[in-house]
Amino acid sequence: MTESDILTKVKARFGARVLAEYSFRGQSAVTVAPETLRELLVFLRDDVEIALDWLMDVGGVDYLGYPDDDDREWRFEVAYQLYSMKLNHRFRVKVGVRDDSVEVPSVWDLWAIANWEEREVYDMFGIRFAGHPNLRRILCHDEFVGHALRKDYPINKRQKLSQPSEIILCEKVEWA
Amino acid sequence: MNDGTHVQPIPTELLTINVGPAHPATHGTLRLQLQLDGETIVNAGAEIGYLHRGYEKQCENTFYQLVIPYAERLNYMGPVNNSNAWCHALEQFLGVDVPARAQALRVITSEMGRIIDHAVCMGTNLVDLGALTNFWYMYNYREKIYDLYEELTGARMMVNYPRIGGVSMDAPDGWFESLLKVVDEMAEAVGEVRALIQKNRIFIDRTVGVGVITKELAVSHSVTGPCLRAAGIPYDVRKAQPYWGYENYQFDVPTAQNGDTYDRFMVRFAEMEQSVRIIKQAVAKIAPGPIMVEDHLVALPPKDKVYNTMEGLINHFKLIMHGIRPPKGELYSATEGGCGELGFYIVSDGSPSAWRVRIRPPCFANYSLFPKIITGGMVADAVAALGSINVIAGELDR
Repeated sequence: MTESDILTKVKARFGARVLAEYSFRGQSAVTVAPETLRELLVFLRDDVEIALDWLMDVGGVDYLGYPDDDDREWRFEVAYQLYSMKLNHRFRVKVGVRDDSVEVPSVWDLWAIANWEEREVYDMFGIRFAGHPNLRRILCHDEFVGHALRKDYPINKRQKLSQPSEIILCEKVEWA
Repeated sequence: MNDGTHVQPIPTELLTINVGPAHPATHGTLRLQLQLDGETIVNAGAEIGYLHRGYEKQCENTFYQLVIPYAERLNYMGPVNNSNAWCHALEQFLGVDVPARAQALRVITSEMGRIIDHAVCMGTNLVDLGALTNFWYMYNYREKIYDLYEELTGARMMVNYPRIGGVSMDAPDGWFESLLKVVDEMAEAVGEVRALIQKNRIFIDRTVGVGVITKELAVSHSVTGPCLRAAGIPYDVRKAQPYWGYENYQFDVPTAQNGDTYDRFMVRFAEMEQSVRIIKQAVAKIAPGPIMVEDHLVALPPKDKVYNTMEGLINHFKLIMHGIRPPKGELYSATEGGCGELGFYIVSDGSPSAWRVRIRPPCFANYSLFPKIITGGMVADAVAALGSINVIAGELDR
């Protein structure tokens, strides 16, 4: 199944809940609202013809100031790169996040890798994930103010750490 | 009751210790926190980010072609794999087809990179286990591969070899012959090191059943590369979604069953042999031809045109000063790096620098399960497992 076939199937199933679609060089993607995200990911994972059972990557994008982009209703996007180990195809699901007051549902219970990936998106963009067990910064330190990959964060700004964190253990090792 | 056959557990207080961020066993700057009951780890946590350099932010603020040398600082144990992958992502974005000779040179340099990546990983991991000899064997041949890189590009480690649309330099006379000689010696060294450890009682005791990554855990954590194949899933981007003509080479994807430290060693040994196999085929097949695409929007013109024609000079000036401009859009490109699937998710706004570059470093996923696999084991087992996962802080923290 090609990525555009998956796109057609997703559109047929989710209708107007697909906020935007995108195709380029054989790759396809859909954008949905945070409340549709989990349903869509579970559908893509469990449908036998699609079977996108691997979450390869989660990455945020800040569209603040993106040229000729007036009709985009959200500032951030979080992109989920999916891969089907059984059928060897890929697909991308994106969730539009209006601003950092909107929470995106966490998918760490579906894929354990989402734990760290979502922590990184939170660290870099300030997007919060509802239901995440350990939503702390991961690459930047605890005293860091702001979110480094936002477009309004200056590239040459430095922030010093006065003291490393004492305890990094979680209550359960699954949350670490 | 103690009947002499069972040792009664001695009640102890839980002890929390830090390993790293600067510790000989971490081979980089990683911080682990372990909660110990006696010598058994009952809880573990990992803190990363000590080598965070703002890599992705930097990519947004510099031209596409200027990221090439920077990309090699991701997995610095097999540097060319990363810059090749970055150029490949851009070529997919631009819709550029790279000439066959450049593709073959990329395959060769990438497989050389994979060999030295695995050599370093296993050499240092064996040092952690107390076996120093293998380290010298492995590093000896790594030096020889660095010599080959030096002949090809002028640099040993960070070689800045590929360009968007091809490669920067063609192989000098006699280079392929020396390459074949070195990979033959390398294959021999791999066999010798394997013979030293494969049936070694001490090595087996230290590694079998240690740091087990089960299939389920691997799927849930999106583990890729040798760690995944040691768990029994034969996923390799070179086979699944071939690029640079990998579909034309005969090679196997080695796998193992148990996913423990021992299996990861054996998979890496087998992969080095497969890399040697690919290099030999690539050298046998490589045909003369151009090494850069002929597209004035992507490739710099040859120097004699720059110095002797007005058009060439303008073309050179435009590419250096105004850069390469891919169309507006976004794309995810994956290649097989030394540790697994190396992905670049690029969002372009049509300007000569990326709007956003998200890198999927294989180590990030591979390391994220580390606290789970060491819990329940001993501290010394954690050290053995850490080395065999091959965490490269450069790409882990970006």
